[in-house]
Amino acid sequence: MKNLVAESDYLPLSSSYRVDGSPWTLKEKILLGLTARQYLRQLLRNPVNWLLLVLFAVGLPLLLQRYLVGLGSVTHASNDYPWGLFLGFGLFGMVPLSASGFLLGTTVSLFGRKDFHPIERLALLNGLLGYFFAVVYLLVDLGMPWRLTYPMVISFGPAAVLFLVAWHVATYLSVQVAEVLPSFFEWIGRSAWKIHIKRITLGLTIAGIILSTLHQGALGALFTYAPTKVHPLWLSSEFQWIHFFCSAIFGGLAMVIVSSTLIDRWIPWRCGHAFRANLQRMTLGLGKGASYAMITYLVIKLVAIAHDNEWEQLLGGWGLYYLLEVGIGVVAPMLLFATGVRNGEVGKVRIAAFLTVVGIVWNRLNTALVCFNYQMYAEIPHWKEVWLTITLYALYFVVYRWIVYRLPIVFEWKETAAPQT
Amino acid sequence: MGEKTTRRTMLKSGVAAAIAALLSPRQSSGHQVKEYPDSMGVLVDLGRCVGCRSCEAACNAEQGLPEPEKPFNDMTVFEELEHGRQRRTDETRYTVVNRYEAPGREHPLFRKVQCNHCQEPACLTSCFVNAYTKTPEGAVIYNQDVCVGCRTCMIACPFYIPAFKYSSAFSPRIQKCVFCYDTRLKYGKPPACVEACPQEALVFGRRQDLIKVGRRRIEEHPDRYVDHIYGEYEAGGTSWLYLSPVPFAQIGFNTELPHAPILDSVKNFLGIVPMVLTIWPALFAGFHLLATRKETAAGEAVDHPEEEKR
Repeated sequence: MKNLVAESDYLPLSSSYRVDGSPWTLKEKILLGLTARQYLRQLLRNPVNWLLLVLFAVGLPLLLQRYLVGLGSVTHASNDYPWGLFLGFGLFGMVPLSASGFLLGTTVSLFGRKDFHPIERLALLNGLLGYFFAVVYLLVDLGMPWRLTYPMVISFGPAAVLFLVAWHVATYLSVQVAEVLPSFFEWIGRSAWKIHIKRITLGLTIAGIILSTLHQGALGALFTYAPTKVHPLWLSSEFQWIHFFCSAIFGGLAMVIVSSTLIDRWIPWRCGHAFRANLQRMTLGLGKGASYAMITYLVIKLVAIAHDNEWEQLLGGWGLYYLLEVGIGVVAPMLLFATGVRNGEVGKVRIAAFLTVVGIVWNRLNTALVCFNYQMYAEIPHWKEVWLTITLYALYFVVYRWIVYRLPIVFEWKETAAPQT
Repeated sequence: MGEKTTRRTMLKSGVAAAIAALLSPRQSSGHQVKEYPDSMGVLVDLGRCVGCRSCEAACNAEQGLPEPEKPFNDMTVFEELEHGRQRRTDETRYTVVNRYEAPGREHPLFRKVQCNHCQEPACLTSCFVNAYTKTPEGAVIYNQDVCVGCRTCMIACPFYIPAFKYSSAFSPRIQKCVFCYDTRLKYGKPPACVEACPQEALVFGRRQDLIKVGRRRIEEHPDRYVDHIYGEYEAGGTSWLYLSPVPFAQIGFNTELPHAPILDSVKNFLGIVPMVLTIWPALFAGFHLLATRKETAAGEAVDHPEEEKR
């Protein structure tokens, strides 16, 4: 793609009309302004696509097996560990990394920090896709996925934490769709429709804050149903929701840094001027925010240990593992963020962000799987479960890339063709 | 943000908050374990159980469960270990009897496992589609017609009882002991396992009476029992109660369960929900007004320059 863009001056496609004034058709927009042959050729030239192909070649039949033969055919069908990788990674890991949408929405629309505007759309898209795929993982994990809407229409259990999660994720997903719609409107050449979204932006943003606070917290609170099963260091019935919510703040920010870094590095032809020119400054800004959230998180983690008087737990094997998780996943990136921001070293901040993302996923997997049933045997997921989890993540990657290639997420859409700057 | 749109968006966020408030979980008042005066129960005297597995066979027949690989008179099942653990309930068996060698005893002890039918069941309180019901007779029953298969009840159950029918792609469900509610309890009859017990290790009766019976046995034979009725208070109290000749921890019981219902540890979170729903909209709308005050004063023209050029 990089070479094609360099060769043809009308690429990349970033406006409703060609240089000669005739509009791009939808098909041309989908093919990125290339001919079908060119498009196919650039697909095949990319080694990442071959890797994806291998993943899907095994993963999609496994998916079919899961739906036709049952969940037990691709997992260990454990009654002791009812939640495996699909939820441990897909739901509990993806959702905090998708807090980016509400965080940047709040920064730009609510606090009026327009200087973060060039990265807002990426954050919103990252949020939307993260939530959407968390639901996809859920659809694979649920015993009866066709009943997904039951808690909304058929039977209500309003006193259950999961009821709140279901409603809030569903509502928030709609909010995020509305927030991402403007870029879609621009792409299909209906910019005028944006006005409807713009009018309710503040309402959407505030709704986003409320819904995010509650369901990020609620995902943590789900584990308070198992006070005797989760290791006490990973469970605090008083503070669990704050732990999950607070870590989602730096998780979401770190994920935007990671995502923007990857886009800047591998899809430079797609990045607009505003995005590229401001990326370093914005990365430092996001890193600063993340480090503040991290120190807050560390203090609440400490408070939780003090509150439950679990100091001596820190001395055992589990304690060591806990310190390792907090050390590698939170303290180290926090220090990297702090020094990186102070010295203006963007590379350091990016490494910190990557570590943070790993740390968040690690924490969620620990809570849901590793330290769950800590007095029992350890559950090692079936290889098919692992493969399926990766396959779904690959699907997420493909959709993410497809949208970033086309919609005005990291570049600005122009109504008429103008030479690239 | 102009003045006009500010008022409108404020109104809209208010409406959004009101809708969200309607959708949020209901709050229950300070905790009190529910009393079921007519709740039935079963008193299990582990000192009397000989491990004949008649209860397992009776349960299998009553609930129409598949025939097991090994017949019910095959006692080698006691040696079966999965992941280093003895047998547990699953989609093919709602009750199992396990054997324990307690230190200092000549004969092994046997422990029957099935749903304990909590007074304040964690499975019920964690279910987001209300698939579980605690009947006045004391049974915790399950409605497979509304179940989504999320398996939170399995996470929540402190006794590891509910099992999932993982083997089925099109009609999976939770499977667990229902106290023979539909076929027996509803008509005042004891569950099949109790009726099948040749040793009278299982006694069926009103829960309140059974507690008295249990106390009397402990009092009359302090040498034969430890001074504790397991299930009187554990996890808020259960309909099934146990008497044991040895400390409960030696025969596989979890003795670290809180006496409060599981729901109590979730309440900290449930309590903040209405606060967030009511305070957040006002708080953040306020932040917005404060943060963008200068711009509003400067007029609408310079507002959102990049979006205005559309």
